[in-house]
Amino acid sequence: MMTTPILEIRELCVSYGKVEALHHINLKVAAGQIVTVIGPNGAGKTTMLSAIMGLLPSKGEIEFQGEVQRDIEVEHLVAMGMTLVPEKRELFGEMSVEDNLLLGAFQRYRHGDRDEGKTMDQVFATFPRLKERRAQLAGTLSGGERQMLAVGRALMAKPKLLMLDEPSLGLAPLIVREIFHIIADLKKTGVAILLVEQNARAALQIADYGYVLETGSVALEGESRQLADDPRVVETYLGLGGKKQ
Amino acid sequence: MDLQIALLLSQDGIVNGSIYALLALALVLVFAVTRVIFIPQGEFVAYGALTLAAFQAGKTPGTLWLLLGAGVLVALIDTVIAVRAGAPGRLKRIALWDLALPAVVAGLVLGLQPATLPLAAQVALALAVVVPLGPMLYRLAYQPLAEASVLVLLIVSVAVHLALVGLGLLFFGAEGSRTTPFSEAQFNLGTLTVNGQTLWVLGASCVLIVALALFFGRTLYGKALRATAINRVGARLMGISTSMAGKLSFTLAAGIGALSGILIAPITTIYYDTGFLVGLKGFVAAIIAGLASYPLAAAGAILVGLLESFSSFWASAFKEVIVFTLIIPVLLWRSLTSHHVEEEE
Repeated sequence: MMTTPILEIRELCVSYGKVEALHHINLKVAAGQIVTVIGPNGAGKTTMLSAIMGLLPSKGEIEFQGEVQRDIEVEHLVAMGMTLVPEKRELFGEMSVEDNLLLGAFQRYRHGDRDEGKTMDQVFATFPRLKERRAQLAGTLSGGERQMLAVGRALMAKPKLLMLDEPSLGLAPLIVREIFHIIADLKKTGVAILLVEQNARAALQIADYGYVLETGSVALEGESRQLADDPRVVETYLGLGGKKQ
Repeated sequence: MDLQIALLLSQDGIVNGSIYALLALALVLVFAVTRVIFIPQGEFVAYGALTLAAFQAGKTPGTLWLLLGAGVLVALIDTVIAVRAGAPGRLKRIALWDLALPAVVAGLVLGLQPATLPLAAQVALALAVVVPLGPMLYRLAYQPLAEASVLVLLIVSVAVHLALVGLGLLFFGAEGSRTTPFSEAQFNLGTLTVNGQTLWVLGASCVLIVALALFFGRTLYGKALRATAINRVGARLMGISTSMAGKLSFTLAAGIGALSGILIAPITTIYYDTGFLVGLKGFVAAIIAGLASYPLAAAGAILVGLLESFSSFWASAFKEVIVFTLIIPVLLWRSLTSHHVEEEE
């Protein structure tokens, strides 16, 4: 079913104080695939991404590019090619769009790569809107543009694994469609994508494989086409407007 | 008061003010990036000046031993952490920055007889001894507490300040020192006499301020520091580590402090505890700027300098009181005009 996974998580547990928020999560992302994690609010989706990225302490094993990450530091993972576009975007609001993008290449710059100009041209080709607004402060952008900037900034790191947390959150339907088109296109550049979404329909349409996360555990998993036809998913996440009644 | 006295006092005020401006910029920078209120800033002023004075007196400054000791301590801690984390790749950096660099500096100081060197070389050596103490201090005292509240970090700052003042007394003794001026030249502008050192202070301050502006506006590392100040999580996700940003800002602050001390040492006698008062005046200026705005901090510093020199003429016994009282109306005005922002978790 899958080629060698770029990311493999085994028995991942995260606790806030005494409350365990994630219970023994197992998950795989193969190179060049889009894997989605859907589920309701509060299921632990954001917690899971934060733990993978090293922003939260966790138990269990995280294997990235065939190496078990014992020393999970965000900066180290970024340097290895993992990036996260967080739910809150976390842009540098008082800096220009161009500076935000440049900082996306910081880790590469630090290790001696000086081709950030070329990467920025590619990002501008993907998001022409950002090129128009390159001198504008990030804090003055519209919601959709902010999301584009957050994704563009992550792409500046030339990631091998791009993790997106709720890219559709708070955006108008037309913009959501545009963002999902772009995500589907990104797959063609060879980057693996781990997409966390509440918008299950849109996510399952572009994903290869999917997981359903409920109250901190994996409730279901499977090829995204099978998941989209699963009666439990249809009823809970796709609504009565789904194709099967 | 006639015009000549007013001109003299203004000259004094602006010269001191430009030093306060440099220190205020460093304080704003350190606070924005690390949320540390950097009270020990003043000790770097004293260490810089007194290290240079020790070179000129033909002595070996105690700060050299502090540098070697701090380097060994940092190297030990980081080596243990690197070995435990199974990351031997870090050992090369540790050996280079914490052991080799201080050893080379010590070799130069002990081998070269600094008293016989030209002034520029003495200044460079003094900076080489004092500046690396900045990042080491961050590593030892602040990095383990990087996520602590502003209050805890402030308490650490008070402790570090007291420790460094005590070490200063141990290293340099209770007597004050002056260093030889950078230039003996004197210029007459009308009735006013301007000496060369004054121009050095003003010129060097302006150059440093422009250099800092270019660093923050044009270079990726400068932008990375600004990014950390704006959004710490966002910066970490770009691979800009909080400890890297902290060390870099402490390096800059230590450099600015030590250089300020070296600049004023020929015009003011520096004692082991002089730095505290100088640093506090920079702090008043930084508070005027709300610990946030660089241009406001610089303007506030000039104001502090002028207020200090004029009050030393009118009421010299109260000059410090008048300067520090300035903070009360400023705080009142700030508390009335700005809305309260909850400290982030």
